[in-house]
Amino acid sequence: MSKNRHPTKKSGSTSIPRARIGALVITLYLVFLLVPIYWLIIMSFKSNSEILSTFTLFPDNFTLKNYSTILTDPSWYMGYVNSFIYVSLNTVISLLVALPAAYAFSRYRFFGDNHLFFWLLTNRMAPPAVFALPFFQLYSSVSLFDTHIAVALAHCLFNVPLAVWILEGFMRGVPREIDETAFIDGYGFTRFFTKIFIPMIAPGIGVTAFFCFMFSWVELLLSRTLTSVDAKPITAIMTRTVSASGLDWGVLAAAGVLTIIPGAIVIYFVRNHIAKGFALGRV
Amino acid sequence: MEKTVNQRAWLLVLPVLVLVAFSSIIPMMTVVNYSFQDSFGENIFFWVGLEWYQELLRSERLWDALGRQLLFSFIILMIEIPLGILVALSMPKKGISASICLVLMSLPLLIPYNVVGTIWQVFGRADIGLLGRTLSDLGISYNYSQNAFDAWVTVIIMDVWHWTSLVALLAYAGLRSIPKPYYQAAMIDQASRWNVFRYIELPKMRGVLMIAILLRFMDSFMIYTEPFVLTGGGPGNATTFLSIDLVKMALGQFDLGPAAAFSLMYFLVILLISYVFYTVMITIDKDEAKQ
Amino acid sequence: MASITLENLAHSYLPDPGGDHDFALKEINHIWEDGRAYALLGPSGCGKTTLLNIISGLLTPTSGRVLFGDKDVTVSSTAERNIAQVFQFPVVYDTMTVRQNLAFPLRNRGMEADYVSERVEQIAQMIGLEADLHKKARGLTSDLKQKISLGRGMVRDDVNAILFDEPLTVIDPHLKWELRTQLKSLHREFGHTMIYVTHDQTEALTFAEKVVVMHEGRVVQIGTPKELFETPAHVFVGYFIGSPGMNFVPVSVTGNKAHINGNTIDLHHDYGNPQGDILLGIRPEFVRLSKSDGLPVQINRVQDVGRHKFINATLFDIEINISANEGFEIESDMIKIEFDPANIGIFRDNWRMNGKAIDQSNGGTV
Repeated sequence: MSKNRHPTKKSGSTSIPRARIGALVITLYLVFLLVPIYWLIIMSFKSNSEILSTFTLFPDNFTLKNYSTILTDPSWYMGYVNSFIYVSLNTVISLLVALPAAYAFSRYRFFGDNHLFFWLLTNRMAPPAVFALPFFQLYSSVSLFDTHIAVALAHCLFNVPLAVWILEGFMRGVPREIDETAFIDGYGFTRFFTKIFIPMIAPGIGVTAFFCFMFSWVELLLSRTLTSVDAKPITAIMTRTVSASGLDWGVLAAAGVLTIIPGAIVIYFVRNHIAKGFALGRV
Repeated sequence: MEKTVNQRAWLLVLPVLVLVAFSSIIPMMTVVNYSFQDSFGENIFFWVGLEWYQELLRSERLWDALGRQLLFSFIILMIEIPLGILVALSMPKKGISASICLVLMSLPLLIPYNVVGTIWQVFGRADIGLLGRTLSDLGISYNYSQNAFDAWVTVIIMDVWHWTSLVALLAYAGLRSIPKPYYQAAMIDQASRWNVFRYIELPKMRGVLMIAILLRFMDSFMIYTEPFVLTGGGPGNATTFLSIDLVKMALGQFDLGPAAAFSLMYFLVILLISYVFYTVMITIDKDEAKQ
Repeated sequence: MASITLENLAHSYLPDPGGDHDFALKEINHIWEDGRAYALLGPSGCGKTTLLNIISGLLTPTSGRVLFGDKDVTVSSTAERNIAQVFQFPVVYDTMTVRQNLAFPLRNRGMEADYVSERVEQIAQMIGLEADLHKKARGLTSDLKQKISLGRGMVRDDVNAILFDEPLTVIDPHLKWELRTQLKSLHREFGHTMIYVTHDQTEALTFAEKVVVMHEGRVVQIGTPKELFETPAHVFVGYFIGSPGMNFVPVSVTGNKAHINGNTIDLHHDYGNPQGDILLGIRPEFVRLSKSDGLPVQINRVQDVGRHKFINATLFDIEINISANEGFEIESDMIKIEFDPANIGIFRDNWRMNGKAIDQSNGGTV
């Protein structure tokens, strides 16, 4: 038949070169993102003397010594444990208080709701630097200084408003008929909320948890200010060690790589929802 | 969607109120309190009224930092928003390559801020960093810890590296939500690629781009850790942004009064600009709900 | 304007289609005549949107050709084909005014400003949008938006065909009728070839001069609404057209007699001695309840819908629907049904058989 009469052309005669340009842009962008990370990773497999003496794209003497330094020394690895504890605490607290509030904002009008919502958001806009000193004094005065809960509560400052905002966006997408049907069927509010509503917005909760985790994990200023020994996060230990030990670049790089891994793992699970999460549930 | 009026909803909001009040209002009160007082050593305070505010407004320190801050936020928005849109337009639409792109792109967003600083600190060093070494091998003089211009370039590239993916992800989400018939109709109407972007994609991305601008403005305006690790605010005060200056004042010099006054003005500036953004965003939301 | 010829056209969404079942659209040959109004009717997933997208050039078919007039456009882009399409959900350029929307296709083709504005006024008048020209498209109701997308198609005077992909889906019920009527009068006035995809038989039968019925990727019948109703070519058409659909009763046939459970039904045609899966098809409208003559049934329920009564009955384990006029009185001793022999169809393996007409004076009742 006539299939081969014309050279095959997809609709829109310029689409093929355009696709190539797209691939080029995205490749260049990914290279730009990954090269610095690559540099950090290969540095973590070099000894400090190799880093300082030779300049190579691959480690000459591949070594795991930097990692073993971190993973065998409690003053290093307890930093990871501390970080995990306050990050998890913060995620749980943020979700617990944000869920009912987000429901209220998504379903009801009440006195001062808009002002309240904006006031919550202002806390997301508050520079941590403004709060560093008052937090230090506040948590010292209630004897919570250098505890995990202090950091977890301090991070609620920006995570709770964020959680309310994201969850509200997701909850808006659930038709209200669901609520009404459940109430007509005789469900009480608590049972409806936990048995029906929460499972329905499970992806939204997952994304919110991810964002709370992430913003608490990457924050340094408050967590460093509010801790000294017992709850000191890994990020703060890194800075301290760098300035004290005459710059062991290899160990620093290894510690950095180890802080990237948790994020890389969790992001895999939320990859399909992450954009919606960043858009605060409003896509 | 019509919401019903229900004052009992306050009960649901109460836990958030209590928590945020504890971690926001109480510290804020201390700040306000300090800003009107002077202290000499241990807990001895004097009421000084608006003196700190007047002094700050007269001093060049605040204005310089504010100027640097505004310039920085402006530059990174001008780079990150268009670049993010370009990246989003270039991303694969589906399949495994789209997933890989999403994960790789999100990677910088999940790196602790000081590690971001460390990565670029190392990367830019002429002795051990790939970028610094390459530039010096090419005969380009580059030293971010000595030269103010180099420091600015590095801080900006670092921020672009760190946050452009956020803009790209948002824009991508916006693009994904455009139904296929829009593109088909544009093909039938013989719209050029530019017109497709101008009349279909850009309008549909407006909402998410507003969020992107808001988030990027707020966060860049509060930036602290990354430049602090990279340059420590230097050389001189070249990269001393508002937060760095504030921390220097409050925790470094322990000038509680001026630092508190500084804090409040800082916060007010962010609030003011963000309020404008927020109002615009809500209007757009309502606009779209109306359709 | 031109006729549209589909030649041995087939399409599969798979890269390497094997058997028949891999094809979303099975081989089709058809000529859409210039200036006529067609409906493409079938349930969701029957391939009608695939066919439409091939005609509009949004899809390139796996095999076969599409011709506009004499010109092979199989691989031509949508823009080169000069067709217009109205989609299921209104597609308008939100940020433009109605006027800019209508002018957009002309501007993109580099037409002169004078011509564009004159043409836009003209089209706006035709579709009743002249009062809204200055408004932003974003705030309009969906029926007005659909009018805009229709207008964007019609604004080009060289348009070959206007394609509609279930255009009334999001329109309020009371406006559907109005829009459909307007479409019909536009068609009569300007004579564009129109192809209207729908799964709603009422829309199809009222809009089109010819209806193309599709089923599982295959065109099963092309005909006027009357033909589809009276002589469905395929069991599916019988089911799908009419409400309720055609009744089908498994029978065996010899010559002009059909046999079922020892009863004999007279037929108007001679079908020889067909083998295979034989079904007798009859529309509910041509089944009559009676007290004495015909086949024994059991009445299950009666539904009064105003001008008609629908009776559901069981005939040898098979459900039969009967449609009676409102004046028809149903009595408790009506336990038989008769079929109007002129309107009986015999189907072998789902397709209608063409029997040999026999001399009516010898055989059946008149």
